[in-house]
Amino acid sequence: MDYFAQQLINGLVLGSIYGLIAIGYTMVYGIVGMINFAHGDIFMIGGFIALITFLILISFGLTAVPLILLIVLLVSMAITALYGWTVERIAYRPLRHSFRLAPMLSAIGMSFVLTNYSQVAQGARVKPIPPLITGGHTLHESADGFVIQLSNIQIVVVITTVVLLAIFTWLVSRTRLGRDMRACEQDQTMAALLGVDVDRTISMTFVIGAALAAVAGLMYLLYYGLVDFFMGFVAGIKAFTAAVLGGIGSLPGAMLGGLAIGLIETFWSAYFSVEYKDVAAFSILIVVLIFLPTGLLGRPEVEKV
Amino acid sequence: MTALSTETSLAKRAAGIPFILKKASLSALVALVLFSLMIGIRTEAGPDGQLTYWTRFGELASLVGLVFGGSIVIELLRQWIGPTGAENLVPAPVQRGLSFLGRYLAPVLLIFTILLPVIFYDQRYILDLAILVLTYVMLGWGLNVVVGLAGLLDLGYVAFYAVGAYSYALLATNFGWSFWICLPLAGILAAFWGVLLGFPVLRLRGDYLAIVTLAFGEIIRLVIINWQSLTGGPNGVSGIPRPTLFGIPLDNSDDGLAAKLGIEYSPTHRIVFLFYLILALALLTNWVTIRLRRLPIGRAWEALREDEVACRALGINTTTTKLTAFATGAMFGGFAGAFFATRQGFISPESFTFQESALVLAIVVLGGMGSQLGVALAALAMIGGFELFRGLEHYRMLVFGMAMVLIMIWRPRGLIGHRAPTVYLRKAQAISSDLVKEGHG
Amino acid sequence: MSGAKILDVNQLTMRFGGIVAVQELSFSAERRKITALIGPNGAGKTTVFNCITGFYKPTGGTIRLAHDDGKVIALERLNDFRIAKQAKVARTFQNIRLFPGMTVLENLMVAQHNMLMRASGLTFLGLIGAPSYRSAEQSAIDLATDWLKRVGLLDRADDAAGNLAYGDQRRLEIARAMCTEPALLCLDEPAAGLNARESAALSELLLSIRGDQGTSILLIEHDMSVVMEISDQIVVMDHGVKIAEGTPREVRDDPKVIAAYLGADEEEAMAVMESGS
Repeated sequence: MDYFAQQLINGLVLGSIYGLIAIGYTMVYGIVGMINFAHGDIFMIGGFIALITFLILISFGLTAVPLILLIVLLVSMAITALYGWTVERIAYRPLRHSFRLAPMLSAIGMSFVLTNYSQVAQGARVKPIPPLITGGHTLHESADGFVIQLSNIQIVVVITTVVLLAIFTWLVSRTRLGRDMRACEQDQTMAALLGVDVDRTISMTFVIGAALAAVAGLMYLLYYGLVDFFMGFVAGIKAFTAAVLGGIGSLPGAMLGGLAIGLIETFWSAYFSVEYKDVAAFSILIVVLIFLPTGLLGRPEVEKV
Repeated sequence: MTALSTETSLAKRAAGIPFILKKASLSALVALVLFSLMIGIRTEAGPDGQLTYWTRFGELASLVGLVFGGSIVIELLRQWIGPTGAENLVPAPVQRGLSFLGRYLAPVLLIFTILLPVIFYDQRYILDLAILVLTYVMLGWGLNVVVGLAGLLDLGYVAFYAVGAYSYALLATNFGWSFWICLPLAGILAAFWGVLLGFPVLRLRGDYLAIVTLAFGEIIRLVIINWQSLTGGPNGVSGIPRPTLFGIPLDNSDDGLAAKLGIEYSPTHRIVFLFYLILALALLTNWVTIRLRRLPIGRAWEALREDEVACRALGINTTTTKLTAFATGAMFGGFAGAFFATRQGFISPESFTFQESALVLAIVVLGGMGSQLGVALAALAMIGGFELFRGLEHYRMLVFGMAMVLIMIWRPRGLIGHRAPTVYLRKAQAISSDLVKEGHG
Repeated sequence: MSGAKILDVNQLTMRFGGIVAVQELSFSAERRKITALIGPNGAGKTTVFNCITGFYKPTGGTIRLAHDDGKVIALERLNDFRIAKQAKVARTFQNIRLFPGMTVLENLMVAQHNMLMRASGLTFLGLIGAPSYRSAEQSAIDLATDWLKRVGLLDRADDAAGNLAYGDQRRLEIARAMCTEPALLCLDEPAAGLNARESAALSELLLSIRGDQGTSILLIEHDMSVVMEISDQIVVMDHGVKIAEGTPREVRDDPKVIAAYLGADEEEAMAVMESGS
């Protein structure tokens, strides 16, 4: 039971990271109907920028951890958001009204560009950082000596995710931008006729998605203590899996799917085998889609004849 | 919409130099922010695991300068060419000329390919490259059945390539069966896996199908990595037997072909043999595909791509139709995999990553979906171009990715943008790609 | 079910969530006759069509189809392609669904898929170019050519279907449905978007299909000139239920029908009354 509880905590933390990335996929899919294949790499870039900012701040002699975290968060969100904006501007906008496969191929190309850009710019080796947030709390200690640990970093990850989600939900449901986004999702032409700046709204979607991916990158860096240029691919596929699992286009679905994938992966590693954890996650995706073709929270698609 | 964009580009044209400079400065500013940390700062783990960093402001400055200059050039080019947009970059008469040329291009290319080992007999490098290109031509033609004809988006095609390669490798190393027995088996096994995957997922549409096939490709790769007792895991399978000419090995032994023919042995013999083997396999793929297109099954594939609902209303079983497309494509992928295994003599999971799937898909889309000649040209351009940048190591994939983006923007419908009808009463007329759909699946 | 009836719809109900699109609808269509299904927009006509042709699974009720040889098929139990393949029900769509990137002739060849598939020995005989397949393909081309002649599209046989004018596309869709050699042809607003001359030609075509092929036709149509001219029997629907049924003359004078149209759309009600005078 204790082991189970510990894995539950670990799974939820991992799931939060996946969920943050998955929101970017689901938002873009909802509004422009394409899989943004480069989004996983945006997450990776976010991790790198966070790492570099850390290094600079520490070498400047800054020691207050909360202040460092705040600055790193803001810097990586801002710069990564600009990456998201640029990718959309260069690779997707010219293909907005093109054939369906063209933006997808362009996105795959962009993903290669970002992966290898980061490899060329920062080298292929894994970049570790010393743990910034240490310590934790013992929640429960059983008679046989098994301890349920909740580390401080896990708390930071979960709290950051919850706060960001709250801000994000407010943004989408209460602001002008959110309304514009939902309008574009329904009908871009109509939205444009009613005075919504469609280009700007789509750009903002990419910016917000990239900013959330940057947060996920930072959390990943803090949680695992390392980044490398290839981490975007696997994390990206899993986050996309999460978005599809939750029902693509649905924001709560993305978070739910992220948590589900995080939990599946953690429990599978804990109880079965670490090697096959990704196989488990992908297999469950396939099974869910067969029986629930629009995901957990997706709206059923009524075929128009 | 069109009128609007024309108007804005006219306005841009009128704006002149200050406008261009403003735009270029903005691009440079964006580049400065983007590159500031990623290029301006270089991190590296020291010997004791401690991360250190140093600055590269020189590189940063030159890159930002490059973006500034580059955007001026692009803006000037755009104004010079006018508001027609990138798609019409090639004027219509030239395009017509190209399509005229296309009629003779295929036979000329074929003859050249057949003569290639004769022309470049001494140049091992060219022969190796040609074999590689032909492997991708075959993979492209195989995937073309699924994506180009049936309109089903398959992002995990490499899985069938892997199944074919491992089937051959394992059958040949474990049972000692010859290449000519293992080759069809590898194709059948790949087709079997295609059906196995296809059966449950083919009712999924569009991007759902794409992601499930991607997941399937990853699952196959992960299983190969982890099922060490069968596949050798990350170490792969080595010592895969080389193909024989109907039982006669192409080596330096006394039973070898060279000895039997009484000529001096040369390692090139094997290369030339491999070249004709993959050429024959690729041509078989091409022939079968062209035949299938003119049969009811092929027409049903294309009809499925055009309108699935209409197909059902005409009594076409869309599930089996999709499955046959999937299985046919998978089978060709399996053949190509078996060839790959026998050519390399060694295979490992590294050869079957998502990048391969993306590369083959890029070949199909760049070729112009459904066009056999287009796919062959695209494979030549992609693999050849890829080879040009061999010396650049990591920059190679960077350039490849950029090329993919630029090509899609330039020609979203690929090099050969028209469809040839499969049956006609009086005259076969090419159909403009603007009319051809690309499927939902 | 008597031999004169080809289609018998009994107590058909279709619900989407909480919305009842069709409620306990019963009607029948006679063999070798043209039956029209009319009613104001949103009356549920296309839903009935989708139930008959297997695109929707009805919530309740039965749909029986009787072939000439006396075989009776329960359509509500068959799904999608089997209704076209086994029950021989062909349909067209309100918003034309051709294969736009294929030629006119190819469209008609796809319609003969099942016949050609058998002839090609599930592709294998065709792949080796067996003569039996070649002759089957030639007869398929001949059938297609016949239909192209009848709908006046022979000159366009090698053009892309997507390049045809709107009215031509409508006729091609009917020809394509007829190439499946159906027992029952279901047409969803075939005259929509046609001008008066084209509508008249359409009426003629449908009458000849009924007369020469002996195909029974079920028709949804708003163009009352077409409906009143060619229908043998008319079923009027409103809000998912049948409100009237009878010959054109009977329906035309039915006050319930006029009321339904007046309530829904004045223009259409005028059309009903004008065609009656």
